[in-house]
Amino acid sequence: PLHLMAPVWNQGTRGIHGLSKAVAPEDSQRKGRSLLQFLADHFYDVQALREYLLRKQVLKVHQKNRPFTHIKERFGPHAAGAYFILKQGGAVKFQGKEWIRPNTRGRFSLDFLKFPEVPVEAVDASGSAINYHGLDNLLALKELQSLWLRHCPHVDDWCLSRLHSLANSLQELSLAGCPRISERGLACLHHLQNLRRLDISDLPAVSNPGLTQILVEEMLPNCEVLGADWTQGLRLGPEEQSRDTASPIPA
Amino acid sequence: MLRRSLQFALGRDVLGRGLGTHRGGSTLDWNGKMSEIKKKIQSVLPGGAWTQLHDTSYLPPEHSDVYSQASTVLSVGGIRQQFSVPENIQLSLFSIDFLRNINEYLAVVDDPPLDIQFNPSGYLLLASEKGAAVLESNVRVQRQEGAKVCLMSPEQLRNKFPWINPEGVALASYGMEHEGWFDPWSLLQGLRRKVQSMGVLFCQGEVTRFVSSSNHAETPSGEEVTLKRVHEVHVKIDHSLEYQPVECAIVINAAGAWSGQIAELAGVGKGPPGTLQGTKLPVEPRKRYVYLWNCPQGPGLETPFVIDASGAYFRREGLGNNYLGGCSPTEEEEPDPENLEVDHEFFQDKVWPPLAQRVPAFESLKVRSAWAGYYDYNTFDQNGVVGPHPLVVNMYFATGFSGHGLQQAPAVGRAVAEMVLHGNFQTINLSPFLFNRFHLGEKVHEHNII
Repeated sequence: PLHLMAPVWNQGTRGIHGLSKAVAPEDSQRKGRSLLQFLADHFYDVQALREYLLRKQVLKVHQKNRPFTHIKERFGPHAAGAYFILKQGGAVKFQGKEWIRPNTRGRFSLDFLKFPEVPVEAVDASGSAINYHGLDNLLALKELQSLWLRHCPHVDDWCLSRLHSLANSLQELSLAGCPRISERGLACLHHLQNLRRLDISDLPAVSNPGLTQILVEEMLPNCEVLGADWTQGLRLGPEEQSRDTASPIPA
Repeated sequence: MLRRSLQFALGRDVLGRGLGTHRGGSTLDWNGKMSEIKKKIQSVLPGGAWTQLHDTSYLPPEHSDVYSQASTVLSVGGIRQQFSVPENIQLSLFSIDFLRNINEYLAVVDDPPLDIQFNPSGYLLLASEKGAAVLESNVRVQRQEGAKVCLMSPEQLRNKFPWINPEGVALASYGMEHEGWFDPWSLLQGLRRKVQSMGVLFCQGEVTRFVSSSNHAETPSGEEVTLKRVHEVHVKIDHSLEYQPVECAIVINAAGAWSGQIAELAGVGKGPPGTLQGTKLPVEPRKRYVYLWNCPQGPGLETPFVIDASGAYFRREGLGNNYLGGCSPTEEEEPDPENLEVDHEFFQDKVWPPLAQRVPAFESLKVRSAWAGYYDYNTFDQNGVVGPHPLVVNMYFATGFSGHGLQQAPAVGRAVAEMVLHGNFQTINLSPFLFNRFHLGEKVHEHNII
């Protein structure tokens, strides 16, 4: 039976524009026109130089995330994935073996190439420049159980939508501190039915950490979710606290 | 001098993607060529760039702020690859790629990066016994084109989404990646900001007249045809009787729901019926309603964009148990597109029952808001019209998408630009979507129109 509740027609919001949190304002008033910007506005050469430098930064990230196809063909997906992660400065653990980390100079032992059939069990790519394209290397690791992507500046919602390929094996995932992940990407994690530990703390782009944590816990009932303390939103401010403890007005 | 050498040093994009559109401002690449030509030819777009900038003067003055009636901003914002026509799938794949890299394509120095708020939650299409075979063959086509879609049985459906009542569902298709919904307003703003930074001029007004010249030519079979070229467009300024004549070399009709009227002004369809001259652009406005409701016990964070076998659809909106949804009316129930008033009875009678049957939690909900928008509905075959008109030689179309325009817009923009600059389609072959098909009677039938 349909329960008819008193309808509230709110004609105020036209379209979803009213609900969206669009970033780009209509006319962006630049706060503090810097000298560089002034120069860029007036000289094409300076503008081109700035665009070039910006472009170079982007290309640098793409370069870091290039695929190592020759290694993949020769040694298989596990070795290629491990090589990729180690190259980024991350750490890799093969099944039955110890963690392999690059030293302070970025060098690492290539022993693992001798055992191409041994699968990779855990990957720690925290702090690396891995992005949507670089993730290809990880998604080939079909027996990956633990994945740490803490403080990765280029891991965003789009990347999370790709993780479903690891659903069969992934048990532990940490996304703490990634600046680009929002609750929209976290919604894709429901594919990871074998996940037992999930760390979603310190995600600045999540609009409502407490509520998001509750929703993620509902979405993944078998998973332990570490995140913001759900009482964060409920915590009283200092003035309210003092008001509470203040004695009642004497009669 | 320095600029040229810097561009040379940058060379090819390291990804070798060959799209070459994300280097803003440089003259060697495609974007640069576009802006150069724009400055030279002062192309007039009763519509504007690729988006639905259109004139609203057919409406009473209180509605005439630009975009208030544009389909783009009133859209539910979904993007999917679950179509049956391969070209539609390709268009959508290109567009999702564009959206993912939007801050490389539309970067403007010193402006904040765009956040289109993409929800990668995928689409879930449900089919009854009748539609199951079609769904399966569609999924095969989609997979061939590179979409990541999987088929689910009613059992699997119940396991994955316990809030669904799979009664009556024979088969379901679920998009795992590259599908979801986003904020159309930020896309629009991003595009405007970028093209403005590249030197495009925007003006607001009503297109009242096209001034064109005619030329007679003979076809190989000896028939006489009249070719027209639009030379001038009269743009009437708002709230005044004055108009501005704008000289142009190319006109692109991206006027959304009003493209049919614009095309008539340009002389498309003025001729004996059954001939090419007499073939009108079959795009007309069709009103569609969208409702926003709240259901505290409703489906959770994992909710995809669900399209029921009955045609009713809904998706999650935000974190507060709010949902957006609607349904396309049948031909007989088509509402009058005269205005954008919402029919709330429609929700009670046509949207709520199928959704409540599919998602039992929706039996108790509270509608918070509703609005209406137009589909630029192609009455011929509900697919887009892209490319030049055979007789009005400098008019190009980018319209008629019948409800899936937003998700195909970046790819269509690319296609039109290629058509204008090179004379043919290069990235995606959209020849099935040319205007000729209306005269030749070749329908491009798309099964999955919502």
